[in-house]
Amino acid sequence: MTRSLGFGLLLMITCPLVLAGQGVPAADSLAQAASAASAANTVAINFVWTLVAGFLVMFMQAGFAMVETGFTRAKNAAHTITMNFMVYGIAMLAYWAVGFALQAGGVGALGTLGGYDKLAHEVSLTIGGKTWGLFGGTGFFLTGVAYTAPVFAYFLFQMVFMDTAATIPTGALAERWKFSAFAVFSVLVGALIYPIYANWTWGGGWLAMLGKNLGLGHGHVDFAGSSVVHMTGGVMAFVSAALLGPRRGKYNADGTVNAIPGHNIPMALIGTFILAFGWFGFNAGSTLAGSDLRIGVIATNTMLAGAAGSITAMLYMWLKYDKPDPSMMANGALAGLVAITAPCAFVTAPSAVLIGGVAGVLVCAAVFFIDGRLHIDDPVGAISVHGVNGLWGILALGLLADGTYGDGWNGVNGAVRGLFYGDPSQLAAQAIGGLANVVGVGVMALAAYKVTALVVGGHRVAPEVEELGLDLPEMGALAYPDTPEVASAVILSETASVTRGGVGQLEPEAV
Amino acid sequence: MKLITAIVRPERLPEVKAALFRAGVTGITISRVSGHGGEQELQEHYRGRTVVLEFREKVRLEMAVSEPFVEPTIQAIITAARTGQVGDGKIFVQPLGRIIRIRTGEVDTAAVTAVTADAVQRRALTAATS
Repeated sequence: MTRSLGFGLLLMITCPLVLAGQGVPAADSLAQAASAASAANTVAINFVWTLVAGFLVMFMQAGFAMVETGFTRAKNAAHTITMNFMVYGIAMLAYWAVGFALQAGGVGALGTLGGYDKLAHEVSLTIGGKTWGLFGGTGFFLTGVAYTAPVFAYFLFQMVFMDTAATIPTGALAERWKFSAFAVFSVLVGALIYPIYANWTWGGGWLAMLGKNLGLGHGHVDFAGSSVVHMTGGVMAFVSAALLGPRRGKYNADGTVNAIPGHNIPMALIGTFILAFGWFGFNAGSTLAGSDLRIGVIATNTMLAGAAGSITAMLYMWLKYDKPDPSMMANGALAGLVAITAPCAFVTAPSAVLIGGVAGVLVCAAVFFIDGRLHIDDPVGAISVHGVNGLWGILALGLLADGTYGDGWNGVNGAVRGLFYGDPSQLAAQAIGGLANVVGVGVMALAAYKVTALVVGGHRVAPEVEELGLDLPEMGALAYPDTPEVASAVILSETASVTRGGVGQLEPEAV
Repeated sequence: MKLITAIVRPERLPEVKAALFRAGVTGITISRVSGHGGEQELQEHYRGRTVVLEFREKVRLEMAVSEPFVEPTIQAIITAARTGQVGDGKIFVQPLGRIIRIRTGEVDTAAVTAVTADAVQRRALTAATS
């Protein structure tokens, strides 16, 4: 009753408007107007969906901040959380100035957001008559052809994805990384490293063209960023953590490993929940279309895989080490979410649980291998969660995509199928995508690390700073100043002469 | 019998503990303390203000030991806690009137011999040589 009343009211309101616009309407022009109005509504729904999903992903920064801070020590808490806070702004402006244009400058028509098609300049190589995109070339500073609502909405969504990748290395390098080095490195991540690989996969670059050019499935398919976001973050974390070296006291001379427990497990687990919440925006938002009803499948697969990852990690630790370790459960949930990020739109519910479940075990094994064998110190498990499981996610798509979604993906007709559903070449494209990430992002991260070292004079804080904790020497603020030392501190009314470099003051001259 | 109190740098605690265990001193009480012992103050800058931290974080160890253990205890602490920089801490040695183990009522030397002392020392020595 209410509905028909509402519909009648709607007709009464819209009909005079249509009449006024059209003069005396013929029946077919009325139909045209209705169809145009419906198309405009669809675009509006897609806009709102994309933006709201972007807002959810932005809130994942809070999740990362809490996970990384909870998994590190109290004496470094202000430093760790400040890196997570500032990576948002620093990497964002770098991405706004340069990165977005490199990633999306040649993306072509934004189909779900009204079809705006002026981002059309892709720098590419032509080999054997085939075009291979390398990076985009328009949209710097969001000016010129980029100054339009669809591109701005697209930018917002892509920007929060880039920031997710940029905040991954801060966890692996925590408790010993100079804040100045972090700041410069993050500029390079937002401006160059992330956008280049994102262009290859999402911007119409050469990995996306593997299907059209070489007949490898639909090219490298990564629905929401297992490789583009997470593996990129994980590879950057791996390269830079290996170069930075372990925290003091992490590894003994005889090769044995010490545990350095984080200071706030409740904070880390709440952060994990915030990430799992934001992940609905991350994956379901990647349709860029609220009108694409596949979002129901995507969101549900996402929650299933995250739950499966936490459960298998819990069981693995329980059976192997006699206790269901809370920090590994958190890593397991995130590993499941990372792994389902690429295949979430293309797989069945049992496949989603399988993908998440494998991820939960994989992350535990990877943590022990990277820490115990490779002796690369990663305080929060970022390399295992994002790097290893990002790779597992894209390969899982190549195995388990079931051919019910993705018709026309990357310009290839037919739905996306994995090895077990009849298309082995899709798995080959996924493997090439993974290899390109390890090599491409790895080399770029190495170069960025070296450039950063030149700019700020090394990445590592002094040993005495690491012993004292980075909060005061690096940030000038303790996370938890409620101690007798601070309560009794003398606060000078005037700012005294500031000694640059700070560290020199910590160790007094021997008397 | 002596009560030995040592103030050391927090970051030297693992080494001090290992050295004491190797020396057979396995009954130790520790607490986090703040103190000023002549080292230069820490100056920091917070929201534009200069803050001078005159007290620094330290760890205090307290051990009640019988006479034969007094010198080994002192030597173990000095060797493990010394960095050579101002701020390495102090050791205070005081005479003890009586010691009573609450569980058994044992007194004095019998009361300070930890039940697990041999096992703890053996483990510490094994860890040091491996």
